Amino acid sequence: MATVTIALPLPVLPEGWAGEKDFKSIGQLSAATDRNIEPVGPHFLAHARRKRHKRTFSEDERIQAQANVKKVEDDDEGEISEPEDPLMLQREAKDWKGQDHYAVLGISRYRWKATEEQIKKAHRKKVLKHHPDKKAAAGGTEDDQFFKCIQKATEVLLDPTKRRQFDSVDEAADVEPPSKKESQKGNFYKLWGKVFEAESRFSKVTPAPKLGNENSSKEDVEHFYNFWYNFDSWRTFEYLDEDVPDDNESRDQKRHIERKNNNARRKRKAEDNARLRKLVDDCLALDERIKKFRQAEHAQKNKRRFEKEAEQKRLAEEAAKKKEEEAKAQAEKEAAEKAAKADGKKAKEAAKNAAKKNKRVVRGAVKDANYFHSGGDAPAARIDSALNDVDHIITKIDNEELAVLTSKLNGVKDAGKIKSIFQEEVQSLVGAGKLKDGEIKSLA
Amino acid sequence: MSAESDPAQRVAIGISFGNSYSSIAYTSGEGKAEVIANEDGDRQIPSILSYVEGEELHGSQAKTQLVRNAKNTVTTFRDFLGQDFKSIDPTPCHQSAHPVPSESTVAFKVRDTEAEEESTVTVSEITTRHLKRLRQSASDYLGKDVNAAVITVPTNFSDAQKDALNKAAKEAGIEVLQFISEPVAAVLAYDARPGAQLADKIIVVADLGGTRSDIAVVASRGGIYSVLATIHDYEVSGIQLDQALMDHFAKEFLKKNKSAGDPRENDRSLAKLKLESEAVKKALSIGTTANFSVESLADGVDFTASINRTRYDLLASKHIAAFVRLVTHAVEKAQLDPLDITEIIVAGGNSHTPKVASAVANAFPETTTVLAPSTSPTAINPSELSVRGAAIQASLIQEFDLEDIEQSSHPMVTVTPHLSHAVGVLCISGEESSGIFHTIVDAETPLPVRRTAIISTPREGGDVLIKLVEGLRHIKVTKPEPKPKKEKSEDDDEDDSDEDESEEEEELREKTWKIGNVLSEAAVKGVKKGGKVEVQINITADLNVNAIFREVGGKGGVRGLLSGPKVTQNGSA
Ligand SMILES: Nc1ncnc2c1ncn2[C@@H]1O[C@H](COP(=O)(O)OP(=O)(O)O)[C@@H](O)[C@H]1O
Repeated sequence: MATVTIALPLPVLPEGWAGEKDFKSIGQLSAATDRNIEPVGPHFLAHARRKRHKRTFSEDERIQAQANVKKVEDDDEGEISEPEDPLMLQREAKDWKGQDHYAVLGISRYRWKATEEQIKKAHRKKVLKHHPDKKAAAGGTEDDQFFKCIQKATEVLLDPTKRRQFDSVDEAADVEPPSKKESQKGNFYKLWGKVFEAESRFSKVTPAPKLGNENSSKEDVEHFYNFWYNFDSWRTFEYLDEDVPDDNESRDQKRHIERKNNNARRKRKAEDNARLRKLVDDCLALDERIKKFRQAEHAQKNKRRFEKEAEQKRLAEEAAKKKEEEAKAQAEKEAAEKAAKADGKKAKEAAKNAAKKNKRVVRGAVKDANYFHSGGDAPAARIDSALNDVDHIITKIDNEELAVLTSKLNGVKDAGKIKSIFQEEVQSLVGAGKLKDGEIKSLA
Repeated sequence: MSAESDPAQRVAIGISFGNSYSSIAYTSGEGKAEVIANEDGDRQIPSILSYVEGEELHGSQAKTQLVRNAKNTVTTFRDFLGQDFKSIDPTPCHQSAHPVPSESTVAFKVRDTEAEEESTVTVSEITTRHLKRLRQSASDYLGKDVNAAVITVPTNFSDAQKDALNKAAKEAGIEVLQFISEPVAAVLAYDARPGAQLADKIIVVADLGGTRSDIAVVASRGGIYSVLATIHDYEVSGIQLDQALMDHFAKEFLKKNKSAGDPRENDRSLAKLKLESEAVKKALSIGTTANFSVESLADGVDFTASINRTRYDLLASKHIAAFVRLVTHAVEKAQLDPLDITEIIVAGGNSHTPKVASAVANAFPETTTVLAPSTSPTAINPSELSVRGAAIQASLIQEFDLEDIEQSSHPMVTVTPHLSHAVGVLCISGEESSGIFHTIVDAETPLPVRRTAIISTPREGGDVLIKLVEGLRHIKVTKPEPKPKKEKSEDDDEDDSDEDESEEEEELREKTWKIGNVLSEAAVKGVKKGGKVEVQINITADLNVNAIFREVGGKGGVRGLLSGPKVTQNGSA
């Protein structure tokens, strides 16, 4: 055998790779398949030489060796076909249109599901059994009617167009929809599932969606009904056509029958569409899942409404509470303000009174200090100027300073001391820029 | 089994014995197989015998008797050998002698002597007579008495059928050295051609014969063949193709001759129609038109017509399509994909029809070579594949004792474990860093096997990693980007919509590999710049793997041993 040459490069050895003597065993080959090799050709001879070593093998070894060999040839068509109805065996080939082609071939359990291979196998079995030569050999007549039925059945079923025409009218493949009562006995999915499986044989689109079960999703169920309400069917009805007479007969007659046939096909097709629509309607009406989905939707809606209402309530309550709190706060604030105002008034009055008193004390002090006149009674002008000056000082100071001044003057009877207190005051007022130096003449 | 024949005295030929035709071939001293023409000049000799006034006619001469002497003409009998009447299909004999039960076998009632009464001739006897005639033709041609043969049979020929054929051949003076199967003979015929390269491949032999179709999928590994799957079909056949032409010409005839009867409803007319239809079919394999011409086809009316190949292709298309389905089905049955098929040998007489080969080719990717006269100029005549293979095998084994041949084809020798997955290495590729599987030993290779691979290393050489793994064949399907629908006004895109549709369905299918079991890792260190690594793998019948990894031209090398799933008891591993 020629050496394999591989142009793609091998990978670089990864860093840190280690193996005993540069080899690492990791896994095993998958199990092998035992097959017969063909004892043919020069290379086999070499194989046989190696394998035999001039030994002789026995019959036992033959059986043993073949025990696990993978089979290549199919088993002989041993499958027993369905029992043959004696009435069917008496059919005439000319009535082929009325025969059940599947039953004739013994595959009525498959019907539209039968594969090409199944049909061919069934055909061969029937041929082996019913060939007219076999009947003749068995001493019977050379009656080949049923044999011809077999041939016709095979011809129809192996031709895709003819087979569809037959399948279109194969009533034996129909599954009658269950009654309302039956549907409601808990077998809904099984019974209707079969109905739709049978109907799906007419679908141009394959595979057609299945009915599913109680756990099918809403999308699947919706897809199912959408599909079946928009069903694209290849079902045709030409198999039921009235035979068109041969060209020998009048052309008008021929055309008349053709027209009749066409109308009949169209009518049947329309009826079939209506039938299917009703079928889907009926199934839909009985489908618990639809109710379930609706209820779920309802519940969902209710839940949403409830939640919305609750939210609204909550918001309203919150708003009310907030309002209430605000009102309360406002009231409190107002009360506090009122109280504060009242307090202020009192204080002001008290302050006013205190100031009045203090002013009286201050003014009294001026009198005690003999109007800052040294020696003897103070002249009227002096009295006036002194009182004016003190009043002027009082206007320049606030109540607190007045109170301080008052406290300094309280109980002081010495004229010189009083005068110096006033002079201090004037001094500080001048310092604060409230009086000009020398403005208060009487204290100068 | 007895020593009655001395290998030294043998003159062995190859025989293909078909239901419709038989052939004989001889391999000369230079190893070239030659198909022998009989005295009528035929290399495809009809498997037909006919009796006229006690005289036996054979081959083409017998075939012409189907018109006048159908009752005493025996056709299509091979498949009846070794069977009881219950299990045969007499249909192909409708227009010739009908089979009848005879004890536990099948027979024909024919007037094969000058006497008035019919005699009952068993199918074994008919076969003996047929083989005698073939033997005579071969002996006449070779100038030596032919006394042995390798005979081809379908893959589903039962032991009982082979026994019956063996006995019938012995009666005819032919020692059967071996029965080999028809598809394998076809593969051998191709492999034995001078200059043929021995390569591992998967071959489909698709045989569209006269009464049946037989498909076989064959793995060829190092010149050893294993049949992976077969299909036999009795509905798709040359008879069906003939029938399509018969119906066509009968209708044409009726159209032109309104008052004449339907030639299909009269035995003699039917026979004429059938013979000429087959002749037209054959003519259309070479020419693009053919003439149909029958004197007195029905009711004394002559009929001539011509037909072109296109018309015939159309008439036959239903049957050809069914044949193609059988081929693809067989590939599925072998659990393979069309991409796995290296070659299709289109065999059987009807493979001369160009449409048969092209229809098969269309169902397979371009990587599959279709071997048929119309697709490959070097194709072997599809009618001669079996017989050539048989003749080659005959030359290979003729000097062995029969006993020796039997023992060598004993299941103890032929039953062999086959690898279920390919074994190979992981290489670096341009795009993928993960490594790409490259096969060293293919799946379905019989064990034991030894293979060697020479593998490139990175540009700079250095230390390399050799990872031995199983490769699982994977078909990668890429769906085409859905083309944006052309937003055109509705009235102008009607005529090209068909084209669009067919284009849209094209998907890209590729054969790729997935990595299965990892078997081992090995390091080859210090590879020279531009050096190559040699990997030698030995896999034993019990799945032990022995591998040697070394730089080409380097010394020593790394040895690795892996034991198979079934641990050997004797601990020799
Ligand atoms: N040149 C040809 N062109 C087309 N069909 C042919 C040609 N030669 C033979 N055949 C057809 O091939 C069939 C016989 O093929 P063959 O492989 O010999 O089959 P069988 O195994 O039945 O003997 C017949 O249907 C015959 O008509």
